[in-house]
Amino acid sequence: MATLKVGLVSPEREIWSGEAKTVVAQTIEGSLGILPGHAPVLGVLLDGSVVTIEPADGGERVSAMVGSGFFSVAGDEVAILAEQAEMGEEIDVQHARQALEDAMAAGDDDATPERRARARLRAAGIEV
Amino acid sequence: MAAQLRQLRQQIKTVKSTAKITRAQEMIATSRIVKAQQAVAASKPYADRITQALTALVSHRVGIDHPLLHEQPTDNRSAVLIITSDRGFCGAYNANVIREAESLITALREQGREPVPYVVGNKGITWYRFRGREVAETWHGFSDRPDFANAERIGRRLTEDFLKTDAEGGVGEIHVVYTEFVSMLTQKVQVRRLMPLEVTEGDGDGQVLPTYEFEPSAQAALDLLLPNYVESRIFHMLLQSAASFQASVRRAMKSATDNANDLLGVYTRQMNQARQAAITQEISEIVGGADALAESGGE
Repeated sequence: MATLKVGLVSPEREIWSGEAKTVVAQTIEGSLGILPGHAPVLGVLLDGSVVTIEPADGGERVSAMVGSGFFSVAGDEVAILAEQAEMGEEIDVQHARQALEDAMAAGDDDATPERRARARLRAAGIEV
Repeated sequence: MAAQLRQLRQQIKTVKSTAKITRAQEMIATSRIVKAQQAVAASKPYADRITQALTALVSHRVGIDHPLLHEQPTDNRSAVLIITSDRGFCGAYNANVIREAESLITALREQGREPVPYVVGNKGITWYRFRGREVAETWHGFSDRPDFANAERIGRRLTEDFLKTDAEGGVGEIHVVYTEFVSMLTQKVQVRRLMPLEVTEGDGDGQVLPTYEFEPSAQAALDLLLPNYVESRIFHMLLQSAASFQASVRRAMKSATDNANDLLGVYTRQMNQARQAAITQEISEIVGGADALAESGGE
């Protein structure tokens, strides 16, 4: 079966790379699932969303929180570039909860910090 | 004689401890170069991919347009971003950057443009402040280990100024002076024009790029990609400069250690000579004294 070659990178390092069956990313207009053989797409990521990757080797799904960035799909190669990106398993849950509370308490018009904090918790596997 | 000996011993002690310090600094720098190089390597996937995406975008959408791609002939001011370090002890590293920046500034003036310096790093800031020269913006505190947030801050400010007109304090083009890490032994000061962006259409190996769909739109993708690209370029330059800085520190500290060791050789020889002279004198005094005693006893 065809697989996707996925690279999830932030400016500072490569967060995750490998073969995958599916990738789900969120754009401003909604969720976008990518399977092998997808048409070439260049999309803008929703700032503060979760990218889910299902590895081709049958391993467990991995989730990552992404900040502002974009993704490109071309010929079964998926590149996800985000200025801020964190793997779900690397996220410090307590710290993320604190950040969410702070963001909600601040009550700014800008919802980005709150959305990012929520995405971090979701990526870590905690529903909020 | 004894005073000279004591003085030389003191000097040897001083030089030895200096050599120890410079040697330690050399070793610290050596280990930091490796880290800095790793940071450069780790940033490469992102830089490559963003360039790829941008090339794809530009070569497939004829007629896409963005202010960052425009020449701004009405703006007469040119920004010069100068990347120096926060610390010294690095030989001619900062002097080279500043010299190159100054010659660029002179060249720009000759073309009838008005150069505006933007300075990164304490050493550059001090240089300009000491001379009472006006700078548009300064950043410091991260020259050793820049992270992307730093590049983002610099990139935002430069992009903002680029989009403003002259009257509002904007600039028409942006140059960067930084040091490229060629190898452990060679670092080269580079002058690059960062904006307006020049995106070459199509890629070199003649590979046909797929026709992309855009989500939500090509314009939105471009709006996000271009500033990101600028920031990633700046980040790359900061990382290169940081690696070069460490290499310069290493070299400066190595030659300091070598010099101290040479000096140590000279002082040790002088001390030995002085000691020998003292011994010889003592012997001749004893012999002279014994002779005098023998002579007086013989009478």
